[in-house]
Amino acid sequence: MIQLFNYIDRVSPIHRLTGASKLACMLCWVLAAMVTFDTRYLIALTVFALALFRVSRIKVSEVKVILIFSLVFLFMNNLLIYLFSPEHGVSLYGSRTVLLTFTNRYSITAQQLLYHANVVLKYTATIPVVILFVSTTQPSEFAASLNKIGVSYKISYSVSLALRYIPDVVDEYHSISLAQQARGVELSGKENLIKRLKGATAILMPLILSSMDRIEVVSNAMELRCFGKNPKRTWYRERKFTPLDYGTIVLGFALIAISLGLQAVNGGRYWNPFL
Amino acid sequence: MKNFSVKTIVAIGIGAALFFVLSTYVAIPTPIPNLKVSVHYPVIAVMAMLFGPVAGCLMGLIGHFLSDLASGWGVWWSWVAGSAFFGLAMGFVGFKIDLAKGDFGVKGAVIFNVVQVIAHLIAWGLIAPALDILIYSEPVEKIFLQGAVGSVGNIVSTAIVGTILCFAYAATRAKKGSLKMEK
Repeated sequence: MIQLFNYIDRVSPIHRLTGASKLACMLCWVLAAMVTFDTRYLIALTVFALALFRVSRIKVSEVKVILIFSLVFLFMNNLLIYLFSPEHGVSLYGSRTVLLTFTNRYSITAQQLLYHANVVLKYTATIPVVILFVSTTQPSEFAASLNKIGVSYKISYSVSLALRYIPDVVDEYHSISLAQQARGVELSGKENLIKRLKGATAILMPLILSSMDRIEVVSNAMELRCFGKNPKRTWYRERKFTPLDYGTIVLGFALIAISLGLQAVNGGRYWNPFL
Repeated sequence: MKNFSVKTIVAIGIGAALFFVLSTYVAIPTPIPNLKVSVHYPVIAVMAMLFGPVAGCLMGLIGHFLSDLASGWGVWWSWVAGSAFFGLAMGFVGFKIDLAKGDFGVKGAVIFNVVQVIAHLIAWGLIAPALDILIYSEPVEKIFLQGAVGSVGNIVSTAIVGTILCFAYAATRAKKGSLKMEK
């Protein structure tokens, strides 16, 4: 069984929060970090996120794989940015302070370093929160949370169905793929690309057909139970809000408010120490 | 949203699950190192054609959102929006070509491919980069290179895999007027 959405069961204040308030707070948090380019605020958000991680009692070793993945992604992204525009920071901050010179194009400027620091901090401020949300919220509570923050229940139910059927689709893909490989379909590097893509269709076609059957069966079952007749529905996993939940949502909005406030203070999205 | 049929809701869920699985676990290696061709876009194209633009849009949106959420690099709304747009655009092709009735010939293949190329170019060459620049203020050259690489890979895989899938799917359906009266 694959470990999808690495939910880790613990007793902690963050686990006790309802999914809806965590979801709202996470979305606000991500938005706040997206908007701002104020290095100080991003550092504060990062520290805060790491502190929350501590509170949740999730160990770093438990989310190691996902963490390594994001670090590699972060490194590649920064490398690409630097290779393509080593002077991007200069054009953003409107001044040029050279620290080290190799060649004219790739000389290291303080502005570029600050820009990279911002990009890195944007990740470090949001990734812990996203990982935290994923590992402290039960997947079955996720759909109920979406409905609670205002997404129509039919679409929330689609999300719930997606989460429910992902493991099934994985299993099915796997068995179709093995069956086709037994018949000589080759997907690895030994075959040329066109043949490989054709081989992929030999697996995808049965997958689509069985998915169509599944859609038929599931929608019939839901229709028989009068899904969608009422304007509202209840959720098994739904929980009542506690004061802490309201606090979490207020926190989310406060983060956005600070982010917008800093825009006004800095006169734009960037905090520019070079002025 | 109110008049969604139950079937559409289920199709969105299963379509999103397909998107998630194919984008997370399946990648076909290419001769260029580290560049893998993904096959979730052709599948989403077929599903969108069968269930319409709104369903296609939501399949892309939910599938991409969930796979980003599970991947650890955070949710990249700019690329999620690209997937949603692709699903939407391919859904409109469904109005022109009735795949469920087995109607997919040479003309269908031409329409399908023209629309998919344009949709990929708009999604990865315009929507995703524009939002990346707006949200993350990344350098223009880097973003457009990523967009170009992404769209070329997706266009090639949708052109080959998608077209074959459409032909194969249409062949499994009974064509309209395919019955003849015996005399």
